Amino acid sequence: MQLSGAEIVVKSLEEEGVEFVFGYPGGAALHIYDAFHRQDQVKHILVRHEQGATHAADGYARSTGKPGVVLVTSGPGITNAITGIATAYMDSIPMVVLSGQVMKPLIGYDAFQEIDAVGISRPCVKHNFLIQSVEEIAATIKKAFHIATTGRPGPVLVDIPKDITAEVTEFLYPKSVEMRSYPPAPKAHPSEIVTAVEAMLNAKRPVIYTGGGVVLAHAQKELSSFVKKLGFPCTNTLMGLGAYPHDDPLFIGMLGMHGTYEANLAMHDSDLIIALGARFDDRITGTLDGFAPHAKVIHVDIDPSVIDKNIKADIAIVADVKEVLEAFNQEIDRRIKDINPSLVSDWWGQIQEWRSVNSYGYDEDSKIIKPQYVVQKLHEVTGGEAYVTSDVGQHQMFAAQFYGFSDTHKWINSGGLGTMGFGLPAAMGVKIAHPDADVACITGEGSIQMCIQELATCQQYKLPVKIISLNNRYLGMVRQWQEFSYEKRYSNSYMDSLPDFVALAEAYGHVGMQIDKPGDVEGALKEAFAMKDRLVFMDFITDQKENVYPMIESGKGHHEMRLRPAK
Amino acid sequence: MRHIISVLLENESGALSRVSGLFSARGYNIESLTVAPTNDATLSRMTIVTTGDDRKIDQIEKHLNKLVDVAALQDITIGSHLEREVVLVKLLAQGQEKADLEKIVDAFNASLITVSGSQFIVEMSGSSEKVDELLKSLNRLTVFELARSGVTGLSSDETVLTAQS
Repeated sequence: MQLSGAEIVVKSLEEEGVEFVFGYPGGAALHIYDAFHRQDQVKHILVRHEQGATHAADGYARSTGKPGVVLVTSGPGITNAITGIATAYMDSIPMVVLSGQVMKPLIGYDAFQEIDAVGISRPCVKHNFLIQSVEEIAATIKKAFHIATTGRPGPVLVDIPKDITAEVTEFLYPKSVEMRSYPPAPKAHPSEIVTAVEAMLNAKRPVIYTGGGVVLAHAQKELSSFVKKLGFPCTNTLMGLGAYPHDDPLFIGMLGMHGTYEANLAMHDSDLIIALGARFDDRITGTLDGFAPHAKVIHVDIDPSVIDKNIKADIAIVADVKEVLEAFNQEIDRRIKDINPSLVSDWWGQIQEWRSVNSYGYDEDSKIIKPQYVVQKLHEVTGGEAYVTSDVGQHQMFAAQFYGFSDTHKWINSGGLGTMGFGLPAAMGVKIAHPDADVACITGEGSIQMCIQELATCQQYKLPVKIISLNNRYLGMVRQWQEFSYEKRYSNSYMDSLPDFVALAEAYGHVGMQIDKPGDVEGALKEAFAMKDRLVFMDFITDQKENVYPMIESGKGHHEMRLRPAK
Repeated sequence: MRHIISVLLENESGALSRVSGLFSARGYNIESLTVAPTNDATLSRMTIVTTGDDRKIDQIEKHLNKLVDVAALQDITIGSHLEREVVLVKLLAQGQEKADLEKIVDAFNASLITVSGSQFIVEMSGSSEKVDELLKSLNRLTVFELARSGVTGLSSDETVLTAQS
């Protein structure tokens, strides 16, 4: 079949089973857009800014496990997309970004809308390609999807010069990929499994610490039986929430800077840390001096470069975490008689004591709306079943602390890069993937303004997400750090000249609500979620001075958590 | 510790910038970096000289291996190996200096290329250490220009670095 390069692009996406492409047209991508127009297999979602396209594709990917696909033009098209690509990169999200490029003979001559897309994206993609001929397109797209979705996933960019999309060649989509320099995922060695389980059976103060890798590997079920078989405490990172049910007694809450007191203290006092699909990020470890001084570390990850990067592993297993958990579970079953629950009973006693501190506690009788309260009520109103996206800041931490997740792929946030503006477009991607599910975007009045233009996209495609804006008239996390570390010099953290969000939502054709009394929170949420086919922007006027507690401040360790001061 | 890492790289455009970008992005030190085609037209061999403790070198190797264009790599300093660097030195030697220069050139098994009556280029290949020694011996003379190729090398046992397939 003879096709143009542009048609090959679209056909290749079809071959990959792509349902949705998030994008924005422009000169260098026009042939591809024309090819989109002449088919109806792959649907194109027109966003309002290329950053929105990448976050939407990202939300789609995070909530489905399938790769998100983005199409942008050259120059500003790809530079606008970079923030979203970097966001996906930092959280290992599978994504394929197709960018138009100026015509091949013009490359290097500072042509209109020319930018070195491969160069500018290189530090924030898993891999990228500049297509050199029409014959390369199909095989390169095949490789891009293969690389994006295997091993440790990540974004892959394919940059396609415009003239090549007009050339014609025979279309043949490759069935498989062979890349000698991209080896298949490594497998665990049986002896590593035996050694690791032996260490587990002898541990007196173990902690199971799981990250985004468990979510990416779809290993929730395997993790659940692993934790239950051993009866060990389990903590999730911000990226790993939902991998273990929030209300299970073996769950000790989120770990890290704003995690629970019990999770952080347990890490510090542990004699065995079992790290699964997690990377000992600085927001998790606190200062590395004095990190878990008595702990032996078992580290399981598919990416060898995270092993020994921040924390030295005593037992390292480089493999898919789902396969490792299956192997652990088999080995534990084989040694079931050697499990001695009394070995960890003192440990559990200690953990219960820490737990009784109730480190997430806040003033529930406040006359002003507390952001935590809104998130708790959101959990109740949605039955804990909603997909929740967030932006970045205090509201993100309140969402992580208070929503209470029980499933993976439902908590969608920018953990690694910390990208404000992520929440709304990500929620669009989630809603497109799960049209019948409740999708809430927990945001703040600062973050929401970074991609607010996507309210128009939500109108065009009828994406009735619910925006839960916790409006404290401050860049709350910045304000909190300024309170703690800069003697309350609130430099540029106040959000002045805010728009009337209710009127703004209505201007885009949506429903707007403002809620300023705690007594109205639940009713308003119920009313909003009852409007199944409307986007509702809920502007909650919250306490300006509320802080996120507990907190491991910069340069401090797990055992030096700052707790909420007594009233 | 100084390490020489030999890398077989897919002969793709931009492969070099992926490696140099990795080193600058992660703050790894590059003492020298050379790259040229190999007997297999699809592969280039890159030789990187870097320094760091074992943990840093381990990270460098892991991150290099993660690059899709990297087909194979080996820290050749771990075993017996050859390292060679080419140096060219353009200098001034007049009168008695010329005889001194010839002695040095002989002692180092280098060669001398005449540019003019008083200007010469000394050419030598050897380990970086030997190149340093040559340069030390030449510093009595007026050196105009100096070009070092950077280190290239091979393991000198029977192991062969090949692309995985």
